[in-house]
Amino acid sequence: MAVLPPGLNQQQFDSALGRLRQVVGNDWVFSSDEDLVAYQDFWSPAPSPDQKLVPSAAVAPQEVEQVQAIVRFANEFGIPLYPISTGKNFGYGGPAPNVSGSIVVDLKRMNRILEVNDKRNFALVEPGVSYLDLYNYIQEHDLKVWVDTPDPGWGSPIGNTMDRGIGYTMSYYRDHATAMHGLEAVLPNGEIMRTGMGALPGSQTWQEYRYGFGPDPAGLFPQGNFGIVTKMGLRLMPQPKHWRTGMITVPRRRDLGPLIDVVNYLSDSFLIGEPWYGSPMRRLLSDPDFRAAATKRGGADEDVMDRYAREAGLHSWQVELQFYGSEGTTQAGWEFARELINDAVPGAQTIAGESLPVPLTREQISKNGAPYDSNMRRNITQGVPGLGIWKLLGRTEAMPDAWAKGHLGFFFIIPRDAEQVFQAQHVFADALADVGIPSTITALTTPNNWNPFSFLFSAGFALVEGNAAGTDEGSQRVRETGMEAMLDTAAKYGWAEYRAGPHFQDAVASKYAFNDYALRRFNETLKDAIDPNGIIAPGRGGIWPANMRNRG
Amino acid sequence: MKKIISIGITLLACSAALQVNAQDQTLLDMVEKGRQVFENNCMPCHGTGPGDDGAPMLPGTHALHLKYRGDLPALLTERTDLSVEFIQGVVRNGIASMPPFRKSEITDQDIQAIMAYIIAE
Repeated sequence: MAVLPPGLNQQQFDSALGRLRQVVGNDWVFSSDEDLVAYQDFWSPAPSPDQKLVPSAAVAPQEVEQVQAIVRFANEFGIPLYPISTGKNFGYGGPAPNVSGSIVVDLKRMNRILEVNDKRNFALVEPGVSYLDLYNYIQEHDLKVWVDTPDPGWGSPIGNTMDRGIGYTMSYYRDHATAMHGLEAVLPNGEIMRTGMGALPGSQTWQEYRYGFGPDPAGLFPQGNFGIVTKMGLRLMPQPKHWRTGMITVPRRRDLGPLIDVVNYLSDSFLIGEPWYGSPMRRLLSDPDFRAAATKRGGADEDVMDRYAREAGLHSWQVELQFYGSEGTTQAGWEFARELINDAVPGAQTIAGESLPVPLTREQISKNGAPYDSNMRRNITQGVPGLGIWKLLGRTEAMPDAWAKGHLGFFFIIPRDAEQVFQAQHVFADALADVGIPSTITALTTPNNWNPFSFLFSAGFALVEGNAAGTDEGSQRVRETGMEAMLDTAAKYGWAEYRAGPHFQDAVASKYAFNDYALRRFNETLKDAIDPNGIIAPGRGGIWPANMRNRG
Repeated sequence: MKKIISIGITLLACSAALQVNAQDQTLLDMVEKGRQVFENNCMPCHGTGPGDDGAPMLPGTHALHLKYRGDLPALLTERTDLSVEFIQGVVRNGIASMPPFRKSEITDQDIQAIMAYIIAE
């Protein structure tokens, strides 16, 4: 049975729903139990069913004027709203609100692609547009731009950006909040605001100069609750003419330092796309003695790891590089990378990978043509959205009758520095072991370089029957104890989570505590001024309005 | 609507779709609508062809391949046992690792169109 909005009785709620139906029509207000199933978190990490976050209703406007009317209605009734774009942020709460009883504002029907410009390389879209929609539009119109897509690609550019999602191509584009250029938002008082050059009537450069004049409040909207974003500009990468890959390996454990330095240099010089780190020694983990050495409490011994590498004839680390450009520039980039690593690391090896004209054929995308095993996910390196990654959560040949009941990932921002990687490897593994949670973290675990200027060190748990995290007890331990242990450990070393679902947002925000939570207090001051009734996504990003701040 | 689908089954099964009248045109429009909805919403998981990174099938097709072990086709477009009610239940509630879809994404009419498209296929 659906819950009621905070502070409303059934009669008031029925009256409120009647008003909403006048705004959007009878077909687009949902309050039945059956309809609200899809507005809950399919993978809810709630410790018990009664703690699951559920909305009281959902409303699906098609026009920005309807969004304005819904916001004014919410102020009148004091009902919290929770906006979603396509609601596909699974693993981070999906379409579920932070506060049970909220009305979800489902923006899926606002699905217009307003402009794609392949000369000045940008798009302007509404929230209901998915990456798949935008990709298909670009293909159908033979436009020469790429959209950097997250994985999976059924979410929306606006929704993904509003949670600071990431992609996989060149650095500027794969940090989606950076690629965001210009917003339109309905503010908590129902007014429409445009940011940056969009504030200029008749502006010709809304998607090309993000700042305009004066402070740029666009950054308040990702992971915030200061309005409902109804349009967003995003920068698009010009379609390259050529794609080239190559692998670098380095022999010793300590060589990870100069390897990362070289890759940082290439990446920050905008010469490579996302680099993919790994370790050729991973194949040794099936050896119990080696696994014990690689998961030694306090960290693996460098000499021991190097001895294993020598005896197995393996290098310690690898990175796969990708170059976008012309055949000539990508060749020059690869040669430059080889020169840098050969100067930095004695014994480094470089292996040329693929060299293909863009766009790749479907067959080229689906099959690795490099003369080495590749960890790259190929669709997304080509800006092709899909759902292929769902294979990680479904049935497998080994476990054909089991599937993921959820996925919970910890992703901590750490510096692009080898010593910090080594530290993260053992302190996170040890912290999880201390609370009895087996993890996949070893002395070979490498971070992701999704965000351009930092690493994301991750521990993901697919909650699948048959693995330790997939039992009810195991899931709960991961969700509660594991998260707490990881957050506390990270904070000790100056690291933190960058993203979390509603159940964990307060815990994550609690670590950003500099100067007695000055940042939180600043955000709360803004919240109280901009949204005095606290109707827009209360609690999102750890920001609570005054009327819910001390809810205990 | 079910009647139209039923008529459509007969029509299409008899390969008589070329001789269309107004009612048939409605059906063909529905099949076309179903194709569009299926391609946009279902095919990324339940389509043909390889999955990502050398996977033999897309995830939904692969999951059904493992579930039915040849007793039923892994491809939804090759199924003859599906009903609107079954598709409705799966789409609205989700199943296994497939999350549910909202009416703002796939309407009830879209689900009927998907059924018509699957039959036509």
